[in-house]
Amino acid sequence: MSLAWELLKRETALSWGRGGGPLVSAGFYLGVATLLPLAAGPEPARLAAVAPGVAWVTLALATLLGLDRLFERDYEDGALDLLTLSPLPLEFVCALKCLGQWLATGLPLALAAPITEIALGGSPTLAPLVLVSALVGGLAFAFASGIGAALSLGARRGGLLTAVIVLPLFTPPVIFGGGALDAFASGLPWSAGFVLLCAYAAAAIALGPLAMAAACRNALS
Amino acid sequence: MLDLDFGKYEGFIWAAYGISALVFVLLTVASLRFSAHWKRQAEQLKAQEDARS
Amino acid sequence: MAFSRWAAPLFGGLAVLLAITGLWLGFTAPEDYQQGDTVRIMFIHVPAAWLSMFAYICLGIASFLSLVFRHALADAAAKSAAPLGAGFTALALVTGSLWGRPMWGTWWVWDARLTSVLVLFLFYLAYMALRSALDDETKAARACAILALVGLVNLPVVHWSVNWWNSLHQGVTVFAKGGPKMAPVFLVPLLLMVLAYMAAFGALWLVRIRGEVWRRRADAALSRLART
Repeated sequence: MSLAWELLKRETALSWGRGGGPLVSAGFYLGVATLLPLAAGPEPARLAAVAPGVAWVTLALATLLGLDRLFERDYEDGALDLLTLSPLPLEFVCALKCLGQWLATGLPLALAAPITEIALGGSPTLAPLVLVSALVGGLAFAFASGIGAALSLGARRGGLLTAVIVLPLFTPPVIFGGGALDAFASGLPWSAGFVLLCAYAAAAIALGPLAMAAACRNALS
Repeated sequence: MLDLDFGKYEGFIWAAYGISALVFVLLTVASLRFSAHWKRQAEQLKAQEDARS
Repeated sequence: MAFSRWAAPLFGGLAVLLAITGLWLGFTAPEDYQQGDTVRIMFIHVPAAWLSMFAYICLGIASFLSLVFRHALADAAAKSAAPLGAGFTALALVTGSLWGRPMWGTWWVWDARLTSVLVLFLFYLAYMALRSALDDETKAARACAILALVGLVNLPVVHWSVNWWNSLHQGVTVFAKGGPKMAPVFLVPLLLMVLAYMAAFGALWLVRIRGEVWRRRADAALSRLART
């Protein structure tokens, strides 16, 4: 177990350190929050209507930002090779990598999400749901994008390729989370969407590492 | 029996059929050319190999 | 190879015959009392949509066989199905739009079927992009096979999620096929067109698989020649 803990600490530190981690994602988030009113017009009613949705989609896209640190770096300098030799199964290693990525980027973003939503004029009563959804959704996005990152190992223009692969995988959590937030904002029952979001995240955490490990083995073969 | 007067829907129907026909032609031509090209290549190289052995 | 040499032209001829019959019956049928003449678009939209799914199923099965049995022919089949599937998907989207505009007044609506087809189109693009982005052919084959299976699991989830989302907004109009029950005068040409499209897919798929097999033979011969 201590081996797993060490690996998790390593992954989190790598995702966080040297200009990665919360700085890039926070910058991205800030950028969207400031540019959106400039683009959509500052009318409070219109902004408030799109605020939860925008906060949600930005969360998804921000996950793509730190993705090259997930597998590519280790692949290039041989660390991934060594990780396959560890007593931990490769599937578990991949899961820990995604978890570390989430701790370094997804978690801070989830904390920033309700703030962004309020800053864009969304209702403050929505904030707790935004926070919890962002936490769960962040996990779903992290594990789903991990699949894309693992599949594009060794590919040219890996970043763009990963985004294209991952977009269909992001669609259900975006819909579930966005639906839950939308329903809550309109006073309709929101729990169904949230439960579905949690279910998708659970499936991504359970099944994603299988695909990631298979893709890593393929790239290293 | 065959009534080709579509009235106000003309543009949509002709556009839909036109694009479908175009895509089919493109797919067919591309596939046949792909196949013919590599058949030629494979046979040429095989002839080269046989000539050497 | 021997099978496809006669099967491909046979399917091609079959496709043309079925299409001519289907289109003749389709265009001589009376106007639908609700949709007028736009119902004619159904004869090329529904087959395209069905084929986009069918091609994906073929691609999925071929990918599964490629992963499990590592047979090069399975991989060639998967690779060959992708551009065809993408073509059918694009056709489904475009003809659907052209049908939707006069019928329901809008070029696009975010209902489960259309959104799933759009996501399917993205998948085909991602599949072909992944193929060409990886230089090592064996690795590209396996990576694409993994992607295909992940996508196969994901697509029903997407369809279902959009369905759920639409149900929230109490009864948003969903593109219907033109009524709950279709009269035989429309159903028969529609089925003929679906069969025609399937035969066309079969013919083109075989042609592309042949081409792919020859490409691998050429590659292998080239590397053998280079070594001597």
